[in-house]
Amino acid sequence: MTALIDIKGVRHAYVTAAGPLPVLDGLEVSVEEGGFCAVVGPSGCGKSTLTRLIAGLMRPDEGEVWLHGERVRGPRSTVGMAFQNPVLLEWRTILKNVMLPLEIVPNGLKGKAAVERARHLLSLVGLEGFEDKRPSELSGGMRQRASLCRALVHQPEVLILDEPFGALDAFTREDLWQTMHDLKEKEPFTGVLITHDLREAIFLGDQVVVLSGRPARTQYVMNIERTAPASLEDLYTAEAAERLNILRHQIEIAQGRVPEEVA
Amino acid sequence: MTGRLRNFIVPLVAMLVFLLLWEALVWVNGWPNYKMASPSDLWPAYVRYWELFLVMGWQTLWRTVVGLLLAVVVGIAFGMVMGFSRTMREALYPLLVGFNAIPKATVVPIVALMFVGAHDFNTILIAFMISFFPIAVSVSIGLSTLEPEYRDILRSLGASQTTIFWKIALPKTLPEFFGALKVSVTLAFIGTNLMEIVSPHGRGLGALFDSGKTNSDYPLMFAVLIALALLGIVLYYIVVGLEKMFAGWAERAPG
Repeated sequence: MTALIDIKGVRHAYVTAAGPLPVLDGLEVSVEEGGFCAVVGPSGCGKSTLTRLIAGLMRPDEGEVWLHGERVRGPRSTVGMAFQNPVLLEWRTILKNVMLPLEIVPNGLKGKAAVERARHLLSLVGLEGFEDKRPSELSGGMRQRASLCRALVHQPEVLILDEPFGALDAFTREDLWQTMHDLKEKEPFTGVLITHDLREAIFLGDQVVVLSGRPARTQYVMNIERTAPASLEDLYTAEAAERLNILRHQIEIAQGRVPEEVA
Repeated sequence: MTGRLRNFIVPLVAMLVFLLLWEALVWVNGWPNYKMASPSDLWPAYVRYWELFLVMGWQTLWRTVVGLLLAVVVGIAFGMVMGFSRTMREALYPLLVGFNAIPKATVVPIVALMFVGAHDFNTILIAFMISFFPIAVSVSIGLSTLEPEYRDILRSLGASQTTIFWKIALPKTLPEFFGALKVSVTLAFIGTNLMEIVSPHGRGLGALFDSGKTNSDYPLMFAVLIALALLGIVLYYIVVGLEKMFAGWAERAPG
């Protein structure tokens, strides 16, 4: 297998007062090195659990999570994360926020090299000149850009994005989609993106995985060939419309609104 | 620069207005100074007893500060234990609330009897007991309400609990901590004075107040109150200065 991320037959249940609550049931996801996998599914189907499994923040009851040919048994510094809430540290400047992972990972860049690395990333996402600002002085979109820089600063093998654009307005969101493509070109990474937005999924992903309702299993996988550099106009082609239709139908099945045999 | 001048002049003017109103109130009612002393009665008291004010003021000050430092150390320790462990929070909270609900004036004679003669120790103990609760509560709330994403960002990189505490939990709790410290600093003063007034042969401004009472020297009693208020203001603004230094980031630009 050449897959960088390999999730095999993962089952997981949360312990609640009302007994075990199964969230994942036979999940199979595989992402090639340099690939970008968008995961969509009904609300509360266990998508965020999936990110925590890949990041090694929790271990599944059953099944295996592999990263780069190694079984994931705990947190590893080769992962970068960004969430819907940018969780920047208010007491640090933007530059210092971006440099945070370098202070923690073993063999992280130090001193001048660390500053240069962070500045370089900030300039890639258009935040040049904001290095010394506090997070509270930035707009939501800018904070999310800074959060992406922080997730990438230690050159992680895997970038895990849990609805990072969910709280942004539509225009800012589209801006950031473009930023993601630019970043991927200059700072190659393998990505997993959790999202509720099907347009986002087909614009960013080269693989879109639809999860079923809880407990989630892999219900449908769409592969998207990318040749030309991505442009927002790709979203307004007949091909895109067809993909969106297929995905929307799959989501309806996942929500239990349409029986599967009709599909 | 004008902003700084303003910060200084506005409170000063307010204070002068307050003193004038006080003077006017006493004058209009024609109260004698054994009913209520006026600001103009205070000056002679300060001139006459200035040495006592310095010595006693220092006594009160250092014991308050030591009591408060103890409250900070113990309060943070309790706050950390309750902030990180739900079991400990559930176990300790009712106990702390109950302890805090006991009026400290009732504890004063108990402490005074328990450690007869240990006047400094007793005073510090009361100052500590009265002021550690807000600190413990604020630190525990600050730590227990830390959003899980903050932890995850560092944990996913393999950071230890200690690293997470120093890099995130502690700085994030600082604004709450300083908010509590502002409450605690004045509480500690009250604690110190309770003990100083009650215990026989006491020292400090509380004892000076008590001797004013014994000698029916009413202007002296009022002069002590004002001296206490001044010390309280000074300590409070020292805390504000520390807050600016360590948690100034939490302050948003006005507007």
